[in-house]
Amino acid sequence: MKDFLKKSKASLFDFLKIKEKTIDKTLSNRVDSTRFVVLDTETTGFDHENDRILCIGVVTLQNGVISIPDSFEIYIHQEHYDKSSAQIHGILKDWVMDKPSELEALQQFLTFLGDAIIIAHHTIFDITMINRALERNGLPILTNKTLDTAYLYKKTLIMSNLLERKDHYALDDLADKFDISKKDRHTAMGDAYITAIAFLKIVKKLKDLKGKKEFTLIDLFKY
Amino acid sequence: MKNTISHRVADFLKGFPPFTFLNQKDIEILSEQISIIYKEKDSVIFAENEDTHDCFYIVHKGAVALRKGPKNDVLDMCDEGDIFGLRPLIANENYKMEARTYEESILYAIPIALFRPYALENKDVGNFLIQSFASNTRNPYSKSHRGKLYGETLAGEILDTDNKLLDIQPVKYSKKIVTCSSITTAKAIAEIMTKKNVGAVLVVEDKLPIGIITDKDLRNKIVTGEYPITTSASLIMTSPVITYPKKLTTTQAQMAMMKSNISHICLTKDGTPNTKAVGILSKHDVMVSLGNNPAVLIKAVKRAKKYKEIKPIRASIMQLLQGYLDQNIPISLTSKIITELNDVCIQQVIEIALKKMSTPPPAKFAWLAMGSQGRSEQLLQTDQDNALVYEDVSEDLREKTKKYFLELAMHVNKGLFEIGYDYCPAEMMASNPKWCLSLDEWKKLVHHWITNTGKDEVLLSFIFFDYSLSYGDSELANKLSDYILEDIKANPVFYLHLVSGALQSPSPTGFFREFLLEQDGANKDFFDIKRRALMPLSDAARVLILSHAVKSISNTPERFEKLAELEPQNKELYLACSYSYRALLKFRTKQGLLHNDSGQYIALGDLTKLEKIKLKSTFKTIKEIQEIISIRFNPSNIL
Repeated sequence: MKDFLKKSKASLFDFLKIKEKTIDKTLSNRVDSTRFVVLDTETTGFDHENDRILCIGVVTLQNGVISIPDSFEIYIHQEHYDKSSAQIHGILKDWVMDKPSELEALQQFLTFLGDAIIIAHHTIFDITMINRALERNGLPILTNKTLDTAYLYKKTLIMSNLLERKDHYALDDLADKFDISKKDRHTAMGDAYITAIAFLKIVKKLKDLKGKKEFTLIDLFKY
Repeated sequence: MKNTISHRVADFLKGFPPFTFLNQKDIEILSEQISIIYKEKDSVIFAENEDTHDCFYIVHKGAVALRKGPKNDVLDMCDEGDIFGLRPLIANENYKMEARTYEESILYAIPIALFRPYALENKDVGNFLIQSFASNTRNPYSKSHRGKLYGETLAGEILDTDNKLLDIQPVKYSKKIVTCSSITTAKAIAEIMTKKNVGAVLVVEDKLPIGIITDKDLRNKIVTGEYPITTSASLIMTSPVITYPKKLTTTQAQMAMMKSNISHICLTKDGTPNTKAVGILSKHDVMVSLGNNPAVLIKAVKRAKKYKEIKPIRASIMQLLQGYLDQNIPISLTSKIITELNDVCIQQVIEIALKKMSTPPPAKFAWLAMGSQGRSEQLLQTDQDNALVYEDVSEDLREKTKKYFLELAMHVNKGLFEIGYDYCPAEMMASNPKWCLSLDEWKKLVHHWITNTGKDEVLLSFIFFDYSLSYGDSELANKLSDYILEDIKANPVFYLHLVSGALQSPSPTGFFREFLLEQDGANKDFFDIKRRALMPLSDAARVLILSHAVKSISNTPERFEKLAELEPQNKELYLACSYSYRALLKFRTKQGLLHNDSGQYIALGDLTKLEKIKLKSTFKTIKEIQEIISIRFNPSNIL
């Protein structure tokens, strides 16, 4: 019976002419050994059609180590500029003289990214901004797996009626809870760093919740 | 690569040796090549005899313990800014010590290949590293120059009191010398001493010490009326001053004081009164060096001006606790002393927080400790549970007042976090707007709990009704207590909910009298002493004491003792409960100290047979008290 099931399963894949997904195999990898890139973007605003990316900051995270040589920060030359957001990110239009074009910056970014798993805070925003930019420049959009610290953080909160949960936890909330310095808040790189440390602390908490069993990538993606 | 983070790393490094000897540009170049490492609490960075890494480390946040030998003796504790793991830089052999995080830590790893040229070319850097390495202390400045830092960090230096050799230990002295001239009046001197919070003033002439005036001099010569308060210093000072060189050991200092029967020693450049005074050493300083005792610790806490200075004192308090337990001092006394010390720490945190506010409080307020801390049962550091109540104010000031106290609470919660109390995962903290209310608002909230009781309300009452005053106006806390007792009396149905809540805690043993262990989660196969043994007792005590309308006793054993007094017929059981609770608390505390955690989960395998029997014998008492409660507060008896 067991054999039969196996067989029929196999033949189903044959029938559909698709290969069994190998992607899930990587999910059984240990979190420690996986290469993550933690990114943040500073943009001219929140409209992903009209606003533009001014800066991308990326740190890599592997085995609990953030390597500064292996990080990436790029300011991008943009025609579109919105004065009102400058108060937040502090990037002036002509701050850096020889900023690369969007196309160059994105190409460098994609090369740096590789097939790593992307982590960000409210990932959907950053990914959408980047994907729109990639489309505009005729580049392929991102297919990397993604994780969101805003979402993962909620999983670390205790289940108690006494705790009023917020719908959205800002990066500031996480920094406060986890005692991470907010000095470089609202720079792409600074936020990426805060996100990376927060991610490590979240993983620690989730590990504790799971107990002694091995903690793998599935544990991060299953939610 | 140069970026925002490397700048931040450089900013940090330039504040600590050996990086202080490098120029800004070199530090920046180094910073671009550094890795930032996050380590969970209790994880190994390198083990004894492990092959060396290609980097050495500096602690950015947290603490790392260096241990060695079969007994795993702690050789050194590295915290913020300390370097360790220098061996590969200097000797070509494996690590001789184990480095393990004592707290959750962030480290910077500095590549040795990149750093070596600086160590070779820059003499200061090289010397620092060799000294560091040779003396087995990460920071040679911390020992010989330790006294320099006295003014700010006396508290910071208490930590390493265990197993040091007092005979050779250099004494820590105050470098901030408070002085006056020979014509300063006694009144002015007393004012200076009060302001600087010192017990002695040095009288100097041309920077040379010519006399000393201590509290005792003022008492004997001024307060007695012998001299008027306008007398100049030269007339009342003790002269000549007893002087010693600054390279004094603790034992020498102690003997010198005993020999001359004095409380202060003046340290001069060459040890004679003919050279400049470099420091002053009080009996208090010697006491601190000699070891921990509650009085000294309280004094040290009260002198703290920053949260950070309190943290190491908390470590000393834990050592004191360990000592008390080792010497088998009764847990009732132990918990009293430790609670007292913890309270002083919290009070000092609040004092510091109040100074951070731009104005004094706009109304009276009381800071309440809840849960185990409120019951004075918190021996180990656990999560913080607290609340704030402030005086009712007129309508137009309401918003402003609330805003003020929320901000204050934010500072206090952060301060408590910095001295080692984790944030409450359920946000039961005064900085949460739900727990920072005026007296009227509190009354409304409590009334709501008492009259609309559901599961959550019972739980909230459990946590909140054990409050005790940590700081502020006792009248406010009292008023609230009175209100709660009255309101409960008027709504007896509430008892039913309290009782059912009190009886809900899981049983400690199963059908065959075996221990029931946790089934899943991080603590699988551990015994949860808090939920299965301590809570049933503290819950029972609360219900019973509330039914007698006794306020302001919140400590569980004390509640049982009071109950024994009130109900002589059940005296024996209540005293047994009180005893059991103390025994359990001691268990938990010992386990917690052993594993550097809250002690809530106990590995039964680690217990001796005798300990297991002791533990089990308390369970019988738990069962009996629960029976009494369920009979006494039977629904049919009340309705």
